[in-house]
Amino acid sequence: MPKFYFEDFSPGWKAAFGPRRITREEMIEFASQFDPQPMHLDEEAAAKTMLGGLGASGWHTCAFVMRMIADGFLLDAASMGAPGIDEVKWMRPVRPGDSLTVRGSVLSTRRSQSKPDRGFVTLHWEVFNQRGEMVMTLTCPQMLLRRNAGATA
Amino acid sequence: MRYFEDIKVGDRIALGSHTFTADGIKAFAAKYDPQAFHMDEAAAAKSHFGALCASGWHTVAAWMRLRVLYQQREDAERAARGEIVAKLGPSPGFRELKWLKPVYAGDTITYASEVAEKRESKSRPGWGLVFARNTGTNQKGELVLSFLGSGFVERRPG
Repeated sequence: MPKFYFEDFSPGWKAAFGPRRITREEMIEFASQFDPQPMHLDEEAAAKTMLGGLGASGWHTCAFVMRMIADGFLLDAASMGAPGIDEVKWMRPVRPGDSLTVRGSVLSTRRSQSKPDRGFVTLHWEVFNQRGEMVMTLTCPQMLLRRNAGATA
Repeated sequence: MRYFEDIKVGDRIALGSHTFTADGIKAFAAKYDPQAFHMDEAAAAKSHFGALCASGWHTVAAWMRLRVLYQQREDAERAARGEIVAKLGPSPGFRELKWLKPVYAGDTITYASEVAEKRESKSRPGWGLVFARNTGTNQKGELVLSFLGSGFVERRPG
């Protein structure tokens, strides 16, 4: 049974997950499959790009952070998925071997107008490397079941 | 890639399609998004999705792959014609990503990209920023995802 429902989140809720290390091997594996650009695949070619060296695909950083959030709390929550992502900013390259820390906070919550069994929690996530530099931010509404949704729906 | 100056708002490209298999959906989810409705048919059947469906991150990663492959084809054709290939830089981010409908196992998503906005970069001389509305449509013609992506594009020298 989930531990966390819609009602458990309100502005003021905060969480921190990690650090978790991202390896060169997994960066190249993701890029080979989904983002095969030289800046994500090859050190020498990447050095000549704006990234100035091998950097993770931004989509990989998103997916990597998704897993940290899933392990951090979402798998214990009555998650119904997310209807989208308001905004992602890729601010600095994520390098092989970086250790990422994720800090989250709740910006707002609202109950669904059309479906009384659920609500939306808008979360803002900041992702830092081991030097404390912000590498990415992510703002997204998370859909969650309300507690006792079955009884009230 | 064309130079920034040669890109026009409204330019649209068809990126091709990707079919999401149950195995592919589960493999992505096992690594990055192991929520039950992306991992297990029986659990997904009991969820509000009603059947196994892809992680939203998987559906945009598949877009990225097709966008890169499109650019590689275009660049090769440009080079074969003896034209200069402009550089495409990294992306500073995206916004307004909407996962409008679930992408189920067996669905084929066709992706497209249309230039929505462009401006010179203030922080990086020699580069412009191009914003594109990217979409994915399933085999029934339903829009399943949409987002406004961005990327640095090299400006014409001089």
